[in-house]
Amino acid sequence: MLEVENLSVMAGRFELTDFSLTIGKGECVALMGPSGCGKTTLMESICGLRRDGLVGGRILLGGDDVTNLPAGARGIGLVPQDVALFPTMTVREQLEFGPRLHRWKTAQMKERVEGLAGDLGLEKLLDRKPQGLSGGEARRVALGRALALRPRLLCLDEALTGLDEARHDEVLLVIRRMIEREGVTALHVTHSRAEAGALADRVVEMA
Amino acid sequence: MNISREQAGKIWRVRPEWPFLLFLVLAVVAYLGLLLLMVGANVLTVSWEDVGEILKDPDIQSSIKLTFVTCTATAILSVIVAVPVAYLLSRYQFRGRAVLDTLLDIPILLPPLIVGLSLLVLFNRVSLTDCCWMLAGGLFLGAIFGGFKVTRKQMMVPSILVGIALVFALLGFVFRRETSSLEDVVSGAGLPMTFHPLGIVLAQFPVAAAFAVRTMRTTFDQINPRYEEVAMTLGCHRGQAFSRVVLPLAGKGMVAAGTMAWARALGEFGPILIFAGATRGRTEVLATSVFLEINIGNLPGAAALSLLMILIAVATLLLVRTFIGKGEVS
Repeated sequence: MLEVENLSVMAGRFELTDFSLTIGKGECVALMGPSGCGKTTLMESICGLRRDGLVGGRILLGGDDVTNLPAGARGIGLVPQDVALFPTMTVREQLEFGPRLHRWKTAQMKERVEGLAGDLGLEKLLDRKPQGLSGGEARRVALGRALALRPRLLCLDEALTGLDEARHDEVLLVIRRMIEREGVTALHVTHSRAEAGALADRVVEMA
Repeated sequence: MNISREQAGKIWRVRPEWPFLLFLVLAVVAYLGLLLLMVGANVLTVSWEDVGEILKDPDIQSSIKLTFVTCTATAILSVIVAVPVAYLLSRYQFRGRAVLDTLLDIPILLPPLIVGLSLLVLFNRVSLTDCCWMLAGGLFLGAIFGGFKVTRKQMMVPSILVGIALVFALLGFVFRRETSSLEDVVSGAGLPMTFHPLGIVLAQFPVAAAFAVRTMRTTFDQINPRYEEVAMTLGCHRGQAFSRVVLPLAGKGMVAAGTMAWARALGEFGPILIFAGATRGRTEVLATSVFLEINIGNLPGAAALSLLMILIAVATLLLVRTFIGKGEVS
């Protein structure tokens, strides 16, 4: 599903050189490595957010070369480390953001958002704004927002960092369940070996 | 020789904090004291009768009205310009960014009279043709030295700049025998500037806009760029991410920038005096009213107007503080 071939990216003074990675369809891969080894840079490059710094290599998604495609045309859902829920929007508006942008029919959008809200346990939170959400709830909303457009690849950038133990396990279970239910290929950047073991089919170490 | 625990116990002591605190408080008292004395002097010079009398003067009433109208127009114009300029500076890396950033501060640093004088000569001593050539030259230089690397398509911005420069160069060539000034052109279009009320807005604009750009820059810098990145993965292009995600977050910053520009325009005097003049009841704003009252020897009247302006300035500052304080976003 995802093939990264000899990717080289410049991000400020940091340089990621000649990195290759392959993820099969429906597979969940955990990307691990020490701080500063370029995990986030790699994930952002895959998402199309580092096109300015691209030096060489290719990114293929489902056989299509997406190296030069803009982020929004790649079909990738991103849950960033800091969640980054849009502060002025309610949970419903966050979930509807992608479908609305792609002009889905109202009935389809409603069905998708209600389905996601049900699966993620967000039914009672739909009219709340991010300021009224707990850390775990915010993670679930960000996951729903990333999945709303039925992406080909789900990128999770340390999506569980900063949660207390109980919330951490709860959100981990939700992520695993959603990946299975949606049948989405997933790339999960993490520091935690336990988290990688619990979520991923395979662990890739970055040096 | 080693220091024993008993000896160390004597060394381990902290000198009292009060001399440092005294220094801090004295600095605050010295500065605030001066401000207090300045405001107090105005209050002591003015009687209620003076305030009533000056506010009844039809020229002053028209001056207050014109002040509010011109300051509001300047503030709106400043925000319209400040939002895109500040967003460009906040989000894009390009070669001429530091130069552009510095250029934007020039109106703040220039002596106010020079701003007015520059406008006066620009509108009255320079031909339209020369204006076109100057713009063409400036844009060419900008394209060569500053425009690269604004986007991934590195040649896009220089190309746009060169394109606009060519249009101006062409206009300069077509109108090469045209000797009329910019003022002749705007007057012909029914929008006279020099020594006219519209000129007040133009005289207030350069400095007010510079302050608005600073405020908007701070606002955009405070907004996490991750919001735009997530929006872009969901299908937005930069413009959509800006209008759908960033702009709603920048609302309070825009109000703060507008208020800041408004307050700055209120205090503007030098450029207005030079470019728009100080004609009673025609191009008279509050700052010029104070000047005119001093000129005719009505010191209490001038002090009453000063008090009015101080009150407006304090109210504006409080408003900005409230908006900036509540407008912080992560």
